Amino acid sequence: MNAEVQKEESMVLQKKMIGEHFETLSKAGESGRKVVYTFVPGNLNELILAFDLLPVHPEVNALQSGMRKLSGDYIQEAEKQGHSEDVCTYVKCDIGMLKKGNIGPTGEKLPPPDLLLLSYTGCFTFMKWFELLKQESGCPVVMLQVPYQAEGKITPSQREFVARQLRDVVVPALEQVSGKKLDEDRLKELLASSARAEDDLVYVWESAKHKPSPIDAYFVGVYYIGPIFTAFRGLPSCEAYYRELRREVDFRIAHGMGPTTPEGELRQQKYRIVVEGPPNWTSFRDFWKIFHDEGVVMVASTYTKVGGLYEQGFRHDPARPFETLAEYCLGCYTNRNLPARVDIIAKYVEEYEADGILFNSIKSCNSFSAGQLMMLRELEKRTGKAGAFIESDLVDPRYFSAANIKNRLESYFQMLEAKRQAA
Amino acid sequence: MDCCYIGIDLGSTTTKAVFLDEHERIMGRGITNSRSNYALACQVAREEAEINARFGLLRKKLEASHHIGVLAEPLMAVLACNYALAQHLEQLKALHAECQDVARAHSLPEAELASVGLALDRIFAALATQAELDFHPGSTAASDFFRDLATSQYLKQATAVTRELPVSFDRLVGLFDAAIIRVENHSFAGLYREYLEFATARATADARFAPFAAEIAAAVKETAELRFNVLNIVGTGYGRLTLPFAREQIRSEILCHGLGAHYMFPDTRTVLDIGGQDTKAIQVDGDGIVTGFQMNDRCAAGCGRYLGYIADEMSIGVHELGPLALQSKKPVKINSTCTVFAGAELRELMSLGEKREDILAGLHRAIVLRAMSLLARSGGVDSEFTFTGGVARNQAVTSSLEKLVFENYGKMKINISADSIFTGAVGAALFAKRDPKGVMADLEVSQLAKNPDCGIAATCSA
Repeated sequence: MNAEVQKEESMVLQKKMIGEHFETLSKAGESGRKVVYTFVPGNLNELILAFDLLPVHPEVNALQSGMRKLSGDYIQEAEKQGHSEDVCTYVKCDIGMLKKGNIGPTGEKLPPPDLLLLSYTGCFTFMKWFELLKQESGCPVVMLQVPYQAEGKITPSQREFVARQLRDVVVPALEQVSGKKLDEDRLKELLASSARAEDDLVYVWESAKHKPSPIDAYFVGVYYIGPIFTAFRGLPSCEAYYRELRREVDFRIAHGMGPTTPEGELRQQKYRIVVEGPPNWTSFRDFWKIFHDEGVVMVASTYTKVGGLYEQGFRHDPARPFETLAEYCLGCYTNRNLPARVDIIAKYVEEYEADGILFNSIKSCNSFSAGQLMMLRELEKRTGKAGAFIESDLVDPRYFSAANIKNRLESYFQMLEAKRQAA
Repeated sequence: MDCCYIGIDLGSTTTKAVFLDEHERIMGRGITNSRSNYALACQVAREEAEINARFGLLRKKLEASHHIGVLAEPLMAVLACNYALAQHLEQLKALHAECQDVARAHSLPEAELASVGLALDRIFAALATQAELDFHPGSTAASDFFRDLATSQYLKQATAVTRELPVSFDRLVGLFDAAIIRVENHSFAGLYREYLEFATARATADARFAPFAAEIAAAVKETAELRFNVLNIVGTGYGRLTLPFAREQIRSEILCHGLGAHYMFPDTRTVLDIGGQDTKAIQVDGDGIVTGFQMNDRCAAGCGRYLGYIADEMSIGVHELGPLALQSKKPVKINSTCTVFAGAELRELMSLGEKREDILAGLHRAIVLRAMSLLARSGGVDSEFTFTGGVARNQAVTSSLEKLVFENYGKMKINISADSIFTGAVGAALFAKRDPKGVMADLEVSQLAKNPDCGIAATCSA
């Protein structure tokens, strides 16, 4: 069995899962299944699935539109409606997509929401986004207030505050929209399944400690997070995907192989980098190629943890369903204060023996970008590793300057090389 | 055969080349405008640097001569200005021919074509006469570039000739605009021996140098025949990827500016480079190795090109901006350095009755404030602080920068070299010399000739 076939198996699995999910969504009107729009950070997928509801993730659709080169038109459509240039481009892409027929990433029409479930308020924009969707769709918003981890940890009162809202506000809203009572045993089953998939995902992330790394934790990592961050966490298909992925990673480790990329296997790994911030989606492949051409492997990333910092120890715990969901929502990466984020990245640098740290600062995403330069300075000081700071955007193609970014990155890699030679 | 290393900095506005010897001493520098043709700009800058290197070697030879000795300096000045004159006259000749060619291609009525031909003859005769007056030892050229010199003189003469002949000024300007681009795409390097002969003949006709004519001619010939053994060449700057350099022969301009600044001023710790399209704040260690940097993103506000727009809006030369701004008594507060809005902002302030010098002082301060923000983001300013790039020639910028650096980071040594525009090329040449992989292949000039954008490329004489 060769590497490509192994690689393909997990990719095929994921493609099939996504295809089936969007097909089910496109038939929601006929089947009568109710649809919940929700966001990736702090998503309550097990709870949604326990009510047999269908989740839709607007920011995932937006990034997919970015990768499919559709976001530029969608954003302009939203700007035509009066949205400012400075507004989060995920929001404008989503609004534009809605205005242009709400066709999802697989080319099938997405159903309108029956409920807007806002389960993470750490991103202020999410609140406004759902206000806009509420205006468009007329369906209700249920909002889970998630306090910020200002002290760098979850306090018992914060956990209780969120868990109580789950019981008193979220569950009744889901019961109302689904017409079903909560089956707590079913919820526990789903949570137990999530934890098993999470174990395998952590194994995959930590495999990057090998040299050469069998994975790229950022450019390939964004594909790895697909099932667990979206509609599948808690389902057997999700568990099967991560089992397969783990098997593929083991194969690569055993054969001293690097990750498979669009440019071929990355075996010659010159620099190991830890990366903070989301990638640019509109020029994703070009962006990736800059790193591939320089022999750069991303050994850890914070963006691929926005739907769960599992390698920091968190697991969904079926024994305490509401508390565990509360901890999940509270534990979002961008809900951590700046020192806590610095700690996480510094730990990555050390544990993954990184050569450098890269920040991709997103112009229209304040919840990620605020304070990033100060974080980088602190990290440079603490780890002694050189940092690079580039700026782009999520899905607005107007805010990606290939020449500028290439220039900065090449300078950075040459700087790493010069430092290495001088050492 | 002299061994050398070459660094080429392909900037958005100008292209620079530097030759280094085996002891990392600068042998020659060359500069040309980038003219949207990096391949040719690279070649021309390199040829200019090579000529400059030959002149340097010639000077040494003449200084070492028992007979010539102290006369070497005035002799070199005469040789250099006559070399430049020969170059200029040759380019004028080519420009004249191209103007005629463009006129013929326009299918003008016979009578008009004849008048245009006559007008061009008069203009170029006047330009040649003017050149004889302009190029003399000690003269300071208004610009390093043929385009700039030819444009101002041509426009002046065209205005005069339209008073005498039935030719429209617009027609003559149209011909010039088309022809100058063609001339800029010529390489005249193959003619350097002829230029040297011309310069030698002029110099030895001078009574001071006539007694040593034979020795001078021999020294010139020997230097002209000298071959440079190019051991390695490194390219940097925005145009670097458009050239047939091997991957190992390309360095980022951040690294080159850092190392170049360290070479010029070894105690440099912070470098600010304001170029045509970007501003770079660079931190370097004691060996000139970059430890951190920040660049302007996407928007080129506050860079050299911005000053170019401002100069255009005010109908003055870029080199006049700084001196005018320094005359200000009451600078206007300006926050935006957006190039797109520059014209509108300027007109608005003028309509409010603000003085040109006060507006310019405000604009220069705004540019520096933007650079200060980048410096802060890169880690601040440590002594010594070296300011490089084309904008470092602007005194209004340097004085404003000095004030703000002292205010924010305390008194420190600020270095600005007259050759700061070559900093990136110097760094590139140093990388060429220090490359651990050893000797690289020379840049294949024959490949440049095959480049479709390259125009007419003569082979390099080295």
